[in-house]
Amino acid sequence: MLEASGLTKTFDGLTAVEGASLHVERGTIVGLIGPNGAGKTTLFALLSGFLGPDAGRVVFLGRDVTGLPPHLICRLGMARTFQIVQPFGAQTVRENVAVGAHLRHRGRAEALAHAERIAHAVGLGAELDKLAVNLTIAGRKRLELARALATGPALLLLDEVLAGLNPQEITEVIPVLRGIAAGRDGTPGVTVLMIEHVMQAVMNLADRVYVLANGRMIAEGAPAEVTSDPAVIEAYLGHGAAERLRRAYGAAHAA
Amino acid sequence: MLDPAILLASALNGLTTGAVYALIALGLTLIYGVLHIINFAHGAALMVALYGVYFLHRGPGLDPYLSLPVMVPAMFVAGYALQRLVIGRASHGKDENVLLVTLGIAIVLENLALFLFKSDTQTIDTPYTFSTVSILGAMISVPKVVAFGGALVVAALLLLLIRRTDLGRAIRAIAKERQGARLVGIDVEHVFAMSFGIGLACLGAAACFLLPTYYVNPQVGNGFVLIAFTIVVLGGMGSFAGALAGGLLIGVVESLGGLWLGESLGQIGIFLIFIAVLLFRPQGLFGARA
Amino acid sequence: MRGLAGIAAFAVAIALMPAFVTSGYALNAMIMTLYAALLGQAWNVLGGFGGQFSFGHALFFGTGAYTMAVLQVNFGWNAWAALPAALAAGGAIGAAIGALTFRYGLRGSYFALVTLAFAEVFRILANTFQFTGAGVGLMVPLSERAADMQFATRAGYLYLILALVLVGFLVSWWLKHSRYGAWLQAVRDNEESAAALGVDVLRVKLQAIVVSGVLMAAGGAFYVQYLHYIDPHIAYGPAVSVEALLAPIIGGMGTVWGPLLGAALLHVLGETTRNLMGDAPGINLAVYGIVLVLMVSFLPRGVMGLLGTRRAARAAGDA
Ligand SMILES: Nc1ncnc2c1ncn2[C@@H]1O[C@H](COP(=O)(O)OP(=O)(O)O)[C@@H](O)[C@H]1O
Ligand SMILES: [Mg+2]
Repeated sequence: MLEASGLTKTFDGLTAVEGASLHVERGTIVGLIGPNGAGKTTLFALLSGFLGPDAGRVVFLGRDVTGLPPHLICRLGMARTFQIVQPFGAQTVRENVAVGAHLRHRGRAEALAHAERIAHAVGLGAELDKLAVNLTIAGRKRLELARALATGPALLLLDEVLAGLNPQEITEVIPVLRGIAAGRDGTPGVTVLMIEHVMQAVMNLADRVYVLANGRMIAEGAPAEVTSDPAVIEAYLGHGAAERLRRAYGAAHAA
Repeated sequence: MLDPAILLASALNGLTTGAVYALIALGLTLIYGVLHIINFAHGAALMVALYGVYFLHRGPGLDPYLSLPVMVPAMFVAGYALQRLVIGRASHGKDENVLLVTLGIAIVLENLALFLFKSDTQTIDTPYTFSTVSILGAMISVPKVVAFGGALVVAALLLLLIRRTDLGRAIRAIAKERQGARLVGIDVEHVFAMSFGIGLACLGAAACFLLPTYYVNPQVGNGFVLIAFTIVVLGGMGSFAGALAGGLLIGVVESLGGLWLGESLGQIGIFLIFIAVLLFRPQGLFGARA
Repeated sequence: MRGLAGIAAFAVAIALMPAFVTSGYALNAMIMTLYAALLGQAWNVLGGFGGQFSFGHALFFGTGAYTMAVLQVNFGWNAWAALPAALAAGGAIGAAIGALTFRYGLRGSYFALVTLAFAEVFRILANTFQFTGAGVGLMVPLSERAADMQFATRAGYLYLILALVLVGFLVSWWLKHSRYGAWLQAVRDNEESAAALGVDVLRVKLQAIVVSGVLMAAGGAFYVQYLHYIDPHIAYGPAVSVEALLAPIIGGMGTVWGPLLGAALLHVLGETTRNLMGDAPGINLAVYGIVLVLMVSFLPRGVMGLLGTRRAARAAGDA
């Protein structure tokens, strides 16, 4: 469904993403992990058209979408959320979600009705008439999700939708995400590519995981495989960490 | 082809005007650089300063140049109070709001002047108003030469203030990193108001240098607003050296443009420069990046 | 639909006025208030619903006014034929300015200043060219025939401006109840989010400035027909630009009724000042300036915002 190859992006001398490639199969949930500043958000911006790559190609649903503006990519069926939430603050939750719904519903009434359904699905049903500025962090994250979902995407790019939530809230949202991916009430499932720091969620949800460090893809595979990959552990914990961990683990075994 | 002597005289004249423009623009760019706001009332404040100089001359008979020690502190205090009491409270975090508030202030000042002083254009007579001096063979009016020198001296003093004093250090710290400055204990609101005050103090000085060869009426500030903005964007928002160079450049462009196109069409040139710079080179002619 | 009923009731009430009010003074007050409301409605489309604050709406006003005057005076056009041309000219200038400024990503204060600079450029041009009457301006021949869009009575002008304001109302109502309006308000609140939701930000802004320009040009056309005269300072000077933004800011930006409410309040305020202070020039505008500062400082959502907060508070109390 999504095929990115050799993506590179440089900001005034700083290479944020370098030759990154990635492949997302229809109907799967793919995780993208990596330390802070690895270039994950930048990679999302390259995929969704918010930034043009210096090199590389993005093919979505068999179409080359490299360099297309974001609204066209969204119309083709790829929707994204923002790590730093960006609600339409002066508007209600219902109106916020309706903006997304309008992509596939011309009429105001239909868009509002669709927005209501989506808001219920992500657990915002009780806050439909609240102004977006008055939502809690958890509420705003759900709103990001709802708006993107309302555009009726085939592929959803989620940028740390769980960040800033407490464990209770995370446990509530995980089934919501699973529901979105699987499809409910006869709606088709949505393929998901998610940046996530909450490992519990990645291990729980993702079929496959990519690891980005210093702008490069350093590993790819099933979640359990990837998280025990020495290169990945080093990327997260620093040089030599894998060796120390292995020794500690080995010692524990011996005892 | 125009006579080279006329061209030279025109260019020199432009330089003297440009120095005063630069002084006005320095105030504007200081306010922009520190507070990140666009002071739309800058022209109206200049008008107020010009009236101040005018009435000091008409009343106590103070020479415009001797008004400097009155007008500079007076405008400083006015600016400090304006920022502290009005503008600083209105922004609600949106720069358009500040623009609207300063527009409102400009409207109030301009129309109060109209109400109090009527729309008549006023000038002052000094012994030196019509005296001239020959520079490189061109006859230049003495007060314009004084304005040129005075504007450069004030600009130099301003740069010293910014570079060498504790206040200047605080101003630079805030211009660069507002949150950080707050964290290290700088009273940001106070420094904002000081910057605004200094910005208007520049206008006080400019008015003293300007009035001997210029005039004052309630609308006089309008002509300067867009010129000052043009200089500021040309020189790069917040850049002092840019404002100085931009001011001199615009003075010369206006003077030479007026020679070829007539005064009003010459003004179009300035507006078109302003539009073009904002559209195509928002970091300014001399700036490296936004 | 309740909103539309309110607009219809308002239109009927105004239309019945000439049957009861015969004072030329009162009718003129209504005409000038509706005229100010129209300018406010025009600005409100782009500034209130679209979040793009213009300081140079005189650009569209003056273009509409001059098109109207030049076509009648220099080319002998009938006023009713000139009106669509004036509206189209306002829209075309909007499209041109929008294409330039929005394509280069101009926003916020910079957009405001550039529109002002454009208006000044046009003012100087109108001051220079002979076909616009240069500094003297243009006088439209008096006829007082409805066929020439001139009227012997004030009532005629009241109906004309009422019709234009109704168009402004319908546009505003449509912005509140349509997909395009939702997109425009999304762009106002956050361009990046809007783009992520499939909104073509540039196109939406361009359409808004065109609609705004057409409505503003209608204001200019009305001015010429009512006062039979236009000059560069009236057409492209800053006064009209300020008048256009005052009403919606005071009444409530991005609301259907804000511009009319603001225009009415400004009119009452102006008359009160006149009664208290006499007809001194300047004092009226000085008061408007003070109101502008106070509104932005203390009531950024305008008088409608105040009413809205009351309503919201009541709803919360009920719950
Ligand atoms: N617009 C930008 N301009 C300059 N540098 C940027 C920009 N966006 C991101 N960066 C830099 O690129 C790197 C990667 O950032 P990001 O993609 O946000 O990482 P992540 O999402 O993995 O934490 C960081 O060093 C960041 O500072
Ligand atoms: Mg990130």
